[in-house]
Amino acid sequence: MENIISLKDIVVEFDGEKILKEISLDIKDKEFVTLLGPSGCGKTTTLRVIGGFITPKSGEVIFEGENINSLPSHKRSVNTVFQRYALFPHLNVFENIAFGLRIKNVPKAEISKRVGEMLELVNLSGYERRNVARLSGGQQQRVAIARALINRPKVLLLDEPLGALDLKLRKGMQRELRRIQQQLELTFVYVTHDQEEALTMSDTVVVMNGGKISQIGSPTDIYNEPVDAFVADFIGDSNIVDGIMARDCFVEFAGRGIECVDKGFAPNEPVDVVLRPEDIKIVSTDEGQLTGIVKTVVFKGVHYEMIVDGGEYQWIIHSTKHEPVGTQVSMRIEPSDIHIMKKTKEI
Amino acid sequence: MKTKLLSVPYLVWMGVFMIVPLLMVAYFALTDDNGTFTLNYITDVGQYANVFVRSVGLSVIATVICLVIAYPIAFLLSGLKQHRSMTIVMIIMLPMWMNFLLRTYAWMSLLGNNGYINHVLGLIGIGPYKLINTSGAVVLGMVYNYLPFMILPLYSVMEKIDPSLYEAAGDLGCNSRQVITKVVFPLSVPGITLGITMVFVPAVSTFIISRMLGGGSNLLIGDLIEMQFLGNAYNPHLGAAISLVLMVIVLLIMTLMNSFDNEEQVLV
Ligand SMILES: Nc1ncnc2c1ncn2[C@@H]1O[C@H](COP(=O)(O)OP(=O)(O)OP(=O)(O)O)[C@@H](O)[C@H]1O
Ligand SMILES: [Mg+2]
Repeated sequence: MENIISLKDIVVEFDGEKILKEISLDIKDKEFVTLLGPSGCGKTTTLRVIGGFITPKSGEVIFEGENINSLPSHKRSVNTVFQRYALFPHLNVFENIAFGLRIKNVPKAEISKRVGEMLELVNLSGYERRNVARLSGGQQQRVAIARALINRPKVLLLDEPLGALDLKLRKGMQRELRRIQQQLELTFVYVTHDQEEALTMSDTVVVMNGGKISQIGSPTDIYNEPVDAFVADFIGDSNIVDGIMARDCFVEFAGRGIECVDKGFAPNEPVDVVLRPEDIKIVSTDEGQLTGIVKTVVFKGVHYEMIVDGGEYQWIIHSTKHEPVGTQVSMRIEPSDIHIMKKTKEI
Repeated sequence: MKTKLLSVPYLVWMGVFMIVPLLMVAYFALTDDNGTFTLNYITDVGQYANVFVRSVGLSVIATVICLVIAYPIAFLLSGLKQHRSMTIVMIIMLPMWMNFLLRTYAWMSLLGNNGYINHVLGLIGIGPYKLINTSGAVVLGMVYNYLPFMILPLYSVMEKIDPSLYEAAGDLGCNSRQVITKVVFPLSVPGITLGITMVFVPAVSTFIISRMLGGGSNLLIGDLIEMQFLGNAYNPHLGAAISLVLMVIVLLIMTLMNSFDNEEQVLV
């Protein structure tokens, strides 16, 4: 069985408003799938449909080949790490983690053993008797993961589990989560609105926008071949400008005609032209295709980010070298770095 | 320094209206008419043991009934949208704005031997039953009058429970009954203890309810105390002694309950 979960044309409505609009998604066994999208696009709602907290208005939720639309959450072999953890304040760390096993009347000795293993897995050994309310955000998050994992679910749903953590802790936990997922060979459905997190952790990224899925693909596919301007804009900073496909492999934008590699558009079709900031190179005047004046330079750690005023457009450029503010520069883009997208309706 | 100064009016208030009366009750209970120390009145209280037992018994029954009725109401209310639940809480509070005596009088005319209930029962050919002047009527009066004091603390505690905890419990395998017993109940214990206190304490010391609905045969401690001060049995020393003993009993029960409450928090 390849797909562990399939969503088929899922529609969810709240107060007559469509929140999920015919969502279809296949999730493979042992895969790390990330739902990525801006706030309010329906990521949590999709997760709640899988977890069994919302019954969709129409559409099917398939788990290992069976329709589970009407199966209540407590009977699904899926566990959730909630957006704000939802740890039980009346129970200590040990009892929070043991909760699922106590409900299933697992013998005491086995409970102790398995909670111990879980605490080790999430690096919290020795914290058994602690009050969960007095743990740090990162520790609470690990308790929430242990509490879900101890039930040995086939699928773990995680709703922005790292949202409340600082950058350094986030990076550490990202690695940790990936390690746990691979070590236990589980399927993870992970929600985030952080594109970098999505690209670094996932096998498959699902980009959502306004209750619909915009694109499903591997991180490299999503980054290199975004299907529309929204995805391109959401995945990393992008320069997105209006252009016209004069003919195959030739696009006009910013007042210039430039060679590219895309074809198959109608003659003179209006398109979106997407240029990654790292693909715009600063070159000598005779090689240049576009010109502009450097407005700002910001050091971003690994590279500099320059904003170059080209009159009609402000170009964002990432480079390891930078030019002083106020200089006139020439820019060049390789044909293969020019991404042409069909126009989408403005959102 | 400044905050200490600000608390002075409160301390004066407490002193004048709480501490001084308490000391006076204790003084009256432990002295005779000449002001000499005696334990006679305290020992005299023993002869009213049956009244104490009846008062505590009926109050406990009324408190338990209040809890059983109020708990599901409060839980359902806590799940509603804020403006809806506020409206219903207002409706529950509405009878409270009516005079206590008036409310109890209303029950008298409902429960009377020729009252409305027996009248209606008579129309369908059953009864009449003796409803008024029974201990059942006293319990009914207590439940009716004090139920809101059970609902409100329960509601205010339950309303603060994060609903995602219920989802988390469901996610971890709880059916709806287990969600109640494993999550809602332990988290609502502070509301339960507060509600029990707020119902039990006024119930155990009431005298109007028993007078009006219980007839002569259901004398409660409250009636006994009132008789020593205002009635023909006039004996303020005995009255003060009864009050003192009642106070000690209530304190003991409350301490017992709070220790149970704390244990609950640690154990589960
Ligand atoms: N119970 C509800 N009742 C009414 N509307 C809701 C409910 N839950 C979610 N919504 C609406 O559905 C939309 C999608 O919500 P959802 O929580 O799925 O977004 P999200 O992608 O998880 O956003 P975020 O990144 O902010 O968590 C939002 O517009 C939200 O207001
Ligand atoms: Mg969300």
